[in-house]
Amino acid sequence: MSAKTQRIEVTLETLLESVDLAESISMRIAEAAGFSEEELHKIGMAVREGVINAYNYGNNQDRRKKILMTIELDPENMTVRVLDQGKGFELHEIPNPLDEENLLRTSGRGLFLMRAFMDEFDVHTAPGGGAELVMIKKLPQKDSGNGTHQPE
Amino acid sequence: MAIQATCRQIGDVSILDFSGKITLGEGSALLRKSVRELIDGGQKKIIISLYDVDYIDSSGIGELVSAYTTVKNASGELKLLHLTKRVHDILQITRLFTVFDVQSDEDVAIHAFR
Repeated sequence: MSAKTQRIEVTLETLLESVDLAESISMRIAEAAGFSEEELHKIGMAVREGVINAYNYGNNQDRRKKILMTIELDPENMTVRVLDQGKGFELHEIPNPLDEENLLRTSGRGLFLMRAFMDEFDVHTAPGGGAELVMIKKLPQKDSGNGTHQPE
Repeated sequence: MAIQATCRQIGDVSILDFSGKITLGEGSALLRKSVRELIDGGQKKIIISLYDVDYIDSSGIGELVSAYTTVKNASGELKLLHLTKRVHDILQITRLFTVFDVQSDEDVAIHAFR
């Protein structure tokens, strides 16, 4: 892969179908980047949870609003950003779903899963006010040799 | 793969066999409806079999938790059966293994009801 960063931007409608679409796009890009099947699953699921968050909580299922997904591939990382048009939120204000008192809550696990499945996860409030979820996965290590097979 | 659910009755135990994805939308809604129908029909011993479910998202997990509390509030008991590795792993990292009674053998699950 060249050292140049590759970038794709997708504007998604605030629709349930956008969740599957975003997952599918991210998995195709991750597959092209060389991730294993298990890692593909984790990336797809993290992206899915990010778009569910934007659809449900950020945009409050308001079809007039959009979800912007950006995926960047640089020589080291795959970075996925999911931006909604909601009010934004502070990560530290979200209850920990692993706490005993939250185990029986029926929601609130999406952010936890994104963090669990990616190498880095953060949330920013965009200048326009929406929440931007940033998820980073380190690219799989490739052979550093000259492309020839080493004798066994 | 579209989500499907079928219900079997063994004695006084209802077994819901799911196949497909339990995710936001159709999958979660079918799980909720299936459990609700059993409770409304007076069933108290319910097993959700996930043998053919290899994908569940946070919405599906939330629906399983909701099923657990719905059944418990109706003085019933819910067990999960035949988890695939991915569902097993998700329940483990979300600490829900400490909430659900998870079984790997159907006969054992049926006889484990009080």
